[in-house]
Amino acid sequence: MLRYAGRRLFSLAVSLWVASLVIFLALEIVPGDPAAYMLGINAQEDTLAALREELGLNGSPMERYLAWIGGMFQGDFGTSYTYRTPVSEMIADRLWVSLPLALFALALSTLIAFPAGILAARNRGSVVDVAIMGGTQLGVAIPNFWFAMLMVLVFAINLRWFSAGGFPGWSEGIGPALKALTLPAIALALPQASILARVMRSALLDTLGEDYIRTARAKGLTQGQALRRHALRNALIPVLTIIGLQFSFLLAGAIIIENVFYLPGLGRLVFQAISARDLIVVESVVMLLVFAVIMVNFAVDIAYAWVDPRLRGRR
Amino acid sequence: MKASLWIGALISALVTGAALLSFLWVPHDIEALDIANKIKPPSGAHLLGTDHFGRDILSMLMVGARTSIAVAIVAVVIGMGFGVPLGLAAAARQGGWMDEVIMRGNDLIFAFPSLLIAIMITAVFGAGAVNAIIAIGIFNIPVFARLSRGAALSLWTRDYVLAARVAGKGRLRISAEHILPNLANLLIVQGTIQFSLGILAEAALSYVGLGAQPPVPSWGRMLADSQTMISFAPHMALFPGLAILLTVLGLNLMGDGLRDWLDPRLARDAR
Repeated sequence: MLRYAGRRLFSLAVSLWVASLVIFLALEIVPGDPAAYMLGINAQEDTLAALREELGLNGSPMERYLAWIGGMFQGDFGTSYTYRTPVSEMIADRLWVSLPLALFALALSTLIAFPAGILAARNRGSVVDVAIMGGTQLGVAIPNFWFAMLMVLVFAINLRWFSAGGFPGWSEGIGPALKALTLPAIALALPQASILARVMRSALLDTLGEDYIRTARAKGLTQGQALRRHALRNALIPVLTIIGLQFSFLLAGAIIIENVFYLPGLGRLVFQAISARDLIVVESVVMLLVFAVIMVNFAVDIAYAWVDPRLRGRR
Repeated sequence: MKASLWIGALISALVTGAALLSFLWVPHDIEALDIANKIKPPSGAHLLGTDHFGRDILSMLMVGARTSIAVAIVAVVIGMGFGVPLGLAAAARQGGWMDEVIMRGNDLIFAFPSLLIAIMITAVFGAGAVNAIIAIGIFNIPVFARLSRGAALSLWTRDYVLAARVAGKGRLRISAEHILPNLANLLIVQGTIQFSLGILAEAALSYVGLGAQPPVPSWGRMLADSQTMISFAPHMALFPGLAILLTVLGLNLMGDGLRDWLDPRLARDAR
């Protein structure tokens, strides 16, 4: 197990290193001088030079790359070109919206998918199964930002149960904050719940065909008991993997949904930064998200190997 | 199960037909602004109503379908064009350094959600349909590479491949002559699925302004335009969304149906 974890840790480090290089080089080839962009066309040459010095733009690409990476290790992501505030502070503020949103959506997706998948598997081939599977087809095909707009129309504009967008902040209390995140989380969760329900159903059907289920039934367990005590637990392995992988989709998907609801999260930050050519912010947010995805995948791999020892020997 | 194939194919043909028809004929010129008739609900003159510039929504949807389909198809071609050869090469040299490099490279691309790739490309080169194609296409590469590697690995153990090796054929020739033709069915099914994902991705990108730029109509852009008017002009938001939903649903149904039809064994496994 330790050797397996060590090998995975090595490839994790390599992935992170290559990812950081790719991101840095991609944004390095962007034309234009951030200093000139910040100061406008009438800037004096000496002011520009001073600002370039201040922003650390004068070094060679190698020096700047090392400074960027080195800073990140100490939690210093540099200074935003447009806002002149530390990028780490900006990201931390926005993370308090994006992260709870992704977690909320993950919880909702699991809460919807588990009962739906189990119900469909238990009633395989019946009307219930067909209805649930049909619903998941729809859920996968609906563009979630459009679904979000429809929910705004129904629940915010017509019924006035929720606000149409914006975020009151956590200082107003957990209730109002969660309420503001509810519609976005539902929109974000819908496609993921549909995928997860399908995985849950097919994983359960696979395990229900196993010999140990027949044995359990022969011992006198009802189908429901056999399902709860034996099938569910074994079906969880593929389901948990998918849940882990979905987290990264939720974090990235939040970028779009945040735009529908005008939530001040990482997604809004990235788009504002792109339009203001504030590349250091783009660079850092992208790196952070890629870091999160790679870490979650790593955690899933390790958890998977821990649960299923057969996987440790594999590459 | 045959039903899903036919329904899916019918919907897909309808959408493609509408897109093709738009080259020859649309109900109303989409570049003609008709401010007197702006934001009109569906009527006899405008079957799906008009938008905030008085443009006919049905015509916009027909022309917008071109953008969606073109972006998604080219992205699938990019994914297959790079992914399949890479997957075949990795399988032909299983366990070798090439296999390792290709698969780790795939993992790396997987770590960048397609949206992030698109954001980076836009930050570098600016927004546009071509950049959306590249972003979605890059994301398709590891999907096809993994699929073809996995399937090719099991094909490499078949007797006819062994026979070909005994006959003195090289790895490249075996991959091209014996492995690839046997992957065709799988690739068609996966191609359909990636096509539908491409439609969704294109819509999302143009919704946030990273896809096709005005005046080229696109479904995502139409949704973005309708957002601030949704309370008094819900039809402007309804129809583009339905168009995306129907197209993706049709492609998914067709993909499921094709899988059942082309590979009954796979259908049984997937249940």
